[in-house]
Amino acid sequence: MSQTNPDKDSPASDAKKTISLPTSRVRLIMKSSPDVSSINQDALFLTTKATELFVQHLALTSFTNGSGREANTLDYSDLAKTAEETDIFHFLTDILPKKILARDYLNSLEQLRDEDADF
Amino acid sequence: MAERPEDLNLPNAVITRIIKEALPDGVNVSKEARRAISQAASVFVLYATSCANNFAMKARRKTLNAGDVLAAMEEMEFERFLEPLREALEVYKKDQKGKKEVSEQKRKDKEKKVDSGNDKSREDEEGEEEEEQQQCMEEEPEEEPEEEEVEN
Repeated sequence: MSQTNPDKDSPASDAKKTISLPTSRVRLIMKSSPDVSSINQDALFLTTKATELFVQHLALTSFTNGSGREANTLDYSDLAKTAEETDIFHFLTDILPKKILARDYLNSLEQLRDEDADF
Repeated sequence: MAERPEDLNLPNAVITRIIKEALPDGVNVSKEARRAISQAASVFVLYATSCANNFAMKARRKTLNAGDVLAAMEEMEFERFLEPLREALEVYKKDQKGKKEVSEQKRKDKEKKVDSGNDKSREDEEGEEEEEQQQCMEEEPEEEPEEEEVEN
């Protein structure tokens, strides 16, 4: 670690306090939500910062739990897996669905039809 | 509402940077994964906003405030974010206070020179505009190189 005392402003701790995402864009998304009238500056800052923390958490959790880890890659399936298996990411299951081969999907459709036909 | 789908996305370059910083060195991130994370982030904003807005409405307020957002994080079970968020907010508030004092000082200096009526009601908006200009300035450098080539 660095030799300077922890009380001084180190670049690393400063970076954590500032944000990279543009607040203007975040505000645009927030405004698209129904019933939202106005957003206070601090709330906008916090939402932007929280989104950055979210991106970090999603990426790292997915990588750690995913099978892409062996190939040292984070890929889509790792994300879909995490959305399904991790409680706090459940709200993402609709936009991060697991992918199946078309062939398998058609097969399972056929099976359902066969089951219905038994009536 | 006339927002195009692209407008509700966050800039790819920044998202990519945040992802890379979170992962160990040398890890690859597929294009599909990057796009998916970006979309997830937008959904996160919507979910957080909706949740925070519920708290504001309960308190009969029309303006979302910091407390609403923090309450939303807890509701969404992102308690791990609370501490870093509070710390970041403190630093942010100090910065804003400093900027406000600087701009107020500038205004006072101007008033001494020009004896015209001034409107103090626009204080909050101006503060926001300044902040946005600074945020926008971080984005622009990535686009400029393309424009410069055209002049040749």
